[in-house]
Amino acid sequence: MKRLISVLLENEPGSLSRVVGLFSQRGYNIDSLSVAPTEDTTLSRLTLTTVSDDHTIEQITKQLNKLIDVVKVIDLSEGVHIERELMLLKVKASGAARAEIKRSVDIFRGQIVDVGPTTYVVQIMGESTKLDAFIEALSDAPILEVVRTGVCGLMRGEKSLKV
Amino acid sequence: MELLSGGEILIRALTDVKVKHLWGYPGGAALHIYDAIFRQDKLDHILMRHEQAAVHAADAYARATGEVGAALVTSGPGATNAITGIATAYMDSIPMVVISAQVPQEKIGEDAFQEIDMIGVSRPTVKHSYMVKRPEDIAETIAKAFYIASTGRPGPVVVDVPKDVTDPNNKVAYKFPEKVKLRSYQPTTRGHSGQIKRAVNLLMSAKRPIIYSGGGVVLGNASEQLRALARRLNYPVTNTLMGLGAFPGTDRQFVGMLGMHGTFEANTAMHHADVILAVGARFDDRVTNATERFCPSAKIIHIDVDPSSIAKTVRADIPIVGPCDVVLGDMLDQIQQADLQIDEPAIADWWQQIDEWRNRHGLYTASRYKPSKGENIMPQDVIKTLYKVTKGEAYVASDVGQHQMFAAQYYLFDKPRQWINSGGLGTMGFGLPAAMGAQMAYPDANVACVTGEGSIQMCIQELAACTQHQLPVKIIILNNQSLGMVKQWQDMQYGSRYSHVLYEDSLPDFVKLAEAYGHVGMKVTDFDLLESSMEECFALKDRVVIMDISVDQDEHVYPMHVAPGSMRDMWLSKTERT
Repeated sequence: MKRLISVLLENEPGSLSRVVGLFSQRGYNIDSLSVAPTEDTTLSRLTLTTVSDDHTIEQITKQLNKLIDVVKVIDLSEGVHIERELMLLKVKASGAARAEIKRSVDIFRGQIVDVGPTTYVVQIMGESTKLDAFIEALSDAPILEVVRTGVCGLMRGEKSLKV
Repeated sequence: MELLSGGEILIRALTDVKVKHLWGYPGGAALHIYDAIFRQDKLDHILMRHEQAAVHAADAYARATGEVGAALVTSGPGATNAITGIATAYMDSIPMVVISAQVPQEKIGEDAFQEIDMIGVSRPTVKHSYMVKRPEDIAETIAKAFYIASTGRPGPVVVDVPKDVTDPNNKVAYKFPEKVKLRSYQPTTRGHSGQIKRAVNLLMSAKRPIIYSGGGVVLGNASEQLRALARRLNYPVTNTLMGLGAFPGTDRQFVGMLGMHGTFEANTAMHHADVILAVGARFDDRVTNATERFCPSAKIIHIDVDPSSIAKTVRADIPIVGPCDVVLGDMLDQIQQADLQIDEPAIADWWQQIDEWRNRHGLYTASRYKPSKGENIMPQDVIKTLYKVTKGEAYVASDVGQHQMFAAQYYLFDKPRQWINSGGLGTMGFGLPAAMGAQMAYPDANVACVTGEGSIQMCIQELAACTQHQLPVKIIILNNQSLGMVKQWQDMQYGSRYSHVLYEDSLPDFVKLAEAYGHVGMKVTDFDLLESSMEECFALKDRVVIMDISVDQDEHVYPMHVAPGSMRDMWLSKTERT
């Protein structure tokens, strides 16, 4: 089952490598990872997605908590939450396909952020499944490259992950 | 305010965290630090012959005393040599701080001479690590490192110190922090009272209970609480390899070690138990055999200071996160305050059953091996003789292999910290430096290194360091001319195809070897002379003695779990199984 785990981490050199190393060391997989400093620059917020069973998820959160640099860990998928991912996608756009791609972008509420003579760069934001669906929708147009930020997420409502 | 160089600050900070002995080996990047060591007399530095041994000795010092061990190595190969020692300590949760020198910061990343990314290389083997970037940060980092190493579930911490940070020409104010606080690290100090209550209720209702106690009880200084609780309950106790001594080996309630080479009665009692109180143990694969067949009728109470140890391999019915001493103490308090009673008739029946198992196949009641005779010395008898000669009071450091299992089975440890072995990583070469660490901690005690002719050769160079630092350890080699444990597996699973386990006349003359280092060597080939020779060995109080004892070359360690199977599935001899 896919899980979304959010980690508040000391913004120290090497702390990210401890998290990533833990996953490879213990045979857990990471599907996506996004990390950046928070409003308090001594802390980083890291969000990762992994596909694991309940037992493994329990171990992952325990092992993450055990890392000295980890301040807090939460499994966002346990409660109601918002998740978003940003994708930039360069697609071959010429002839009749050009208008067709534009229409798909509009349907997915994306933006075309760069226009070349035969290419578009499309920006799409949303849940990962929406991004997947957009790629699916472009099936005929040749995709030149895709870059995704990885998922980030927050709990809905009053609760928050704080020191 | 006093101005000191980074090197001086490092040494001063170590004395401020009460380090008495620093085990190490110098080198280029550590020169400033070694100069600071030269110019002081509070901290005793012990020059070893290999960084691995330096770290093992610091580790064993910590195991023997409960203090934090400390080692110092140089950059590059010094650091990589230390890794095996650090990993050994990590797997057994030993509090230790290893200081590694590093090339100057301006050279980091340039593949400079003797440069290695120590933080990166050591990462999977440490509880935490720091690289110090300014001399002003050294004292605080050392304070944090020792705090982290010694609290919660203990473990090794690496402090990597680039050479420019210890520059003697850069002096800064020395200030040692009075208190260490880390917002991201707050070890649990108490168990959850509701969980403890549930655990007590389950424990009191048990009809076939067993207390399964591990290394955490030794590390957490909870031996006293364990003994008090076990006595109040009159329940059987089994110790893991790492937990030996936490409950007295000679106590009637002790059913021996459990696990792959555990006693018949301990493993069988575990299998049939209805309630297991696991404390400071981690359901390691060398204990459980196949986890899906592990103790089918047991409800499990699991106490551990590290939440990630709980339900890692075997599900706990009542998990309790907290220090073993506090939680066991709380449990005993609840039992005494409410004057709770055990199920006397059921427990009496249970003991009757256990005693029957004991008498049938027990290690200590019936002999599980053919007796020694003349030139055929059984390895078990060497351990029994060692036990007799040292009155059961020696510190026994062990290497890894058959001799380790025989020592664990037949030397009945009555006190925690008496038994020092590499249980988790299983590091051959650990024994001799470990014995040195224990001897440094207790200069007047008898310290034995139980080893094999294979293991001893993995850190044999430390015989020289024993001379230099007057560490009169007694090295008991159970010499079967082969890598016995590997050979046993080859016998059992590979049709006795002895692939690279035989030394074929290549073994050194251990007597001459001892003498070459200025020590005493003894060769024993006759069982009738074993005890008197060993008496003689331990009478040489201030000498290192190597006893090269020729033992039976075909003996296997039994019992041995049949894998994959349950706890009760064991080979009891070469031909007999449960």
